[in-house]
Amino acid sequence: MWRFIARTIVQRLLLLVVISIVSHTVIHLAPGEPSAVDTMNPMMKAEDVVRIRKAFHLDEPIYLQYVHWLKDLCTGELKSFRDGLPVVPRIWERFLNSLPLFLCTSVIVWTASFPIGIQAALKRGSRYDRGATLLAYGLISVPGFFLSYLLILWVVHTFHLPVIGLRTFGTEGESGFRRLMDRLWHLAIPSSMAALTGIAVLSRYVRAQMLEVLGQDYVRTARAKGLDEDQVVYGHALRNALLPFVTMFGLLLPGLISGSVIFEQIFAWPGLGLLGYEAILTRDFPMILTLNFIAAALTLLGILVSDILYALVDPRIRLE
Amino acid sequence: MSIPVEPVTPELAPGAARAAHADAEALGMAETPARALWRAFRRDRLAMLGLYVLLASLVVALLGKLLTGFWVVFDPAAVRLPDKLLPPLSAASSAIGKDLLPPFHYYPFGTDELGRNVFARMLQGAFVSLSVGIVAVGISLVIGVTVGGLAGFYGQRKLGPISVDSLLMRFTDVVLCFPTFFLILTVVALLPPSIYNIMIVIGITSWMSTARFVRAECLALREQDFITAATALGLPPWRILFRHMIPNAMAPVLVSATINVAHAILTESALSFLGFGVRPPYATWGNILADGRSYIFDAPWLFLIPGAAILVVVLAFNLVGEGLRDALNPKLRKRVG
Repeated sequence: MWRFIARTIVQRLLLLVVISIVSHTVIHLAPGEPSAVDTMNPMMKAEDVVRIRKAFHLDEPIYLQYVHWLKDLCTGELKSFRDGLPVVPRIWERFLNSLPLFLCTSVIVWTASFPIGIQAALKRGSRYDRGATLLAYGLISVPGFFLSYLLILWVVHTFHLPVIGLRTFGTEGESGFRRLMDRLWHLAIPSSMAALTGIAVLSRYVRAQMLEVLGQDYVRTARAKGLDEDQVVYGHALRNALLPFVTMFGLLLPGLISGSVIFEQIFAWPGLGLLGYEAILTRDFPMILTLNFIAAALTLLGILVSDILYALVDPRIRLE
Repeated sequence: MSIPVEPVTPELAPGAARAAHADAEALGMAETPARALWRAFRRDRLAMLGLYVLLASLVVALLGKLLTGFWVVFDPAAVRLPDKLLPPLSAASSAIGKDLLPPFHYYPFGTDELGRNVFARMLQGAFVSLSVGIVAVGISLVIGVTVGGLAGFYGQRKLGPISVDSLLMRFTDVVLCFPTFFLILTVVALLPPSIYNIMIVIGITSWMSTARFVRAECLALREQDFITAATALGLPPWRILFRHMIPNAMAPVLVSATINVAHAILTESALSFLGFGVRPPYATWGNILADGRSYIFDAPWLFLIPGAAILVVVLAFNLVGEGLRDALNPKLRKRVG
C-alpha cells in the first residue's frame, strides 16, 4: 500500500509538470498579450509596450518564460502582472473566502441527496419517485444563473436575506459571535443555490446505486431472515451502496476553484473563482497559470485520496 | 412489501447479445438491435416526451434559420425605438414604418430595449444555440472516437519505450486534470470572440469521456470472434477499426453525446453570462438571457422566455440521453420487460 502511494505520488508529480507546461504553452500561444490589453490608451507609447514586455519577460522565448514562472512560484516571489503584488498570499486569502462556501455547499449537497435518493429508490415508480426524477432533471437542465436570479427575487422579498458579499458593512467592531452569525447569514443563499444542481445529480446517483443494491441476493436474504425493514435498508443495503460515493469525496476537491465562477459572480463573493475571472479579464498570466496549476494539483490529489479511501473501505481492493 | 426478485443475469457482453440475437433469428423472430432499442426506448414516456420536444426544437431551429436568414419574414435586427420593452402579445404602434412592421403587426414575445422583436431573435437564436451544442459535440466525438479507437485497437504497439495505449490514455488523463470551465473561459477570453471559436473550444475540452468509453469497448471487442474473422479475411486494420469495431462501440458514446449537447448549450449560456459568449449580431438563447437580466424588473419576459426555452431544450436532451442509457442497458431492459 505504501509503495503504491509513493509510486502514484511520483507519477502524479510528473503529470503535474506536464500539465503546467501544457497550460503555460496554451496561454502564451493564444493571441492577446497583457501588454495588448490597453491598446486604445493614447498615453501608451511603443516604448512603454517594450518596457512592459521586458519587465514581464514577455520578450523572451516561451521555455525561458516557463522557467521564470516556475522559479518564481517555488521561491514565492511570483508577482501579479496587474498590481505587482505577490500571487500566492493573494490566492491564500481568496481561498479562505471560498472555503466556507465550498464546505457549506458540500454539506448541504451530501445531507440532502441521500434521504431524497433513498426514498426515491424505495418507492420506485411511485408519484414521489417520478416527481423527484423530473425535478432533478429540471434542476440539471436549468442554467444556474437563471434559477439563481429568480430565486433571489423571491427570497429577498420573503425572508430579507442578504445576497451580496461576505459580511455586512460596519460589523467589524461587533462581538465575535455576532460576526460569525453574520457570516453564516450571508452564506445561506449562495451555498444553497450552488447546492441545488449538486443535489439533483447526487440524488440520482444515490437512487441508481440503491436500486442496484436492493436487487442483490444478500438483501433478499436479510429480508428472508425476518429483519425489520429499516435494518435491511440502512444496515445492509445502504452500507454497500455507499462504496462508490467514497470515491466521489476525493473528486469534490477541484470544485473549490472551477465550480464556483458563476455563483461567486452572481453573489459578489470574493473567492477563488472570481479571482480567476478577474485574472482572465486582465490577462494576468502568473495568476491564471498558478490557479490552473493549483486546480490540476487538487484534481490529482482528489484522485489519489479517492483511490486510498476506496482501498480503506473496500477490503476486496488491493492497491498494487 | 413485495420485492421484485430478478433472476441473476450475468453481465451481457456485446458478443453475447449478438449471440442471443442470432438465436432469436433462428427462431424466426428477427429483431434488429436498433429495433429492440427503439422498443425499449418507446416504453419510457418521459424519454419519448423528450424526443418529441427535441424534434420540435430542431424543426423550429431550421425554420428559424429559414425565416430570419434566407427569406426574412421575422427580422431579428430591425430596431424600432418607439416600440421598446413592449410586453408579449402587444400590437405594433402606429409610429412604426411600413417596412419595419412585424408580421401581423404583433410581437408574440414582446420587444427588447431596442424595440427588436424578441420572437424573431429567439427564432434566430434557436439555430445558433442548437448548432453550438451539436457542432461542439461533433468535434468532441471525432477527437474522442479517434483517440479511444486508436488506443483500444493499436494499444499494444510500441512507440519507443511506451505503448500507444498508455501514451494516449496518459494524454487523456492530462486533459482531464484541467479545470474545464476555467480553461474554456481562459481560451475564449484570449481568442478573438467568434461563434466558431466557442464551438471548437467546447469540443476540445469535452472529448475525454468519449475516448475512455470507446477504448473500453474496443478492448472488449478486439477479443470477439467476428474481429478474428475479419482479420482472417485479410481486411486492412483501418477497415476493421472503422467498419467493424467503432460502429459496435457507439452505444455508450451515443448516450454521452446526447447529454453532452445539453452540457454544451448550458456552457454557452454560462459564457454569455460572464460576457464571453457569442457576440452580437448573432442572437443566441444564452446572450438574450444574459442581456435580459438587466431588465428583470421592467421587462421580465426578456429573461423568462429565453431561460424557459433553454430549460425545455436542455431537459429534452437530458431525458432522451437518460432514456437511451436505460434502453441500452440489457439488465434494466429485462427488468422493465
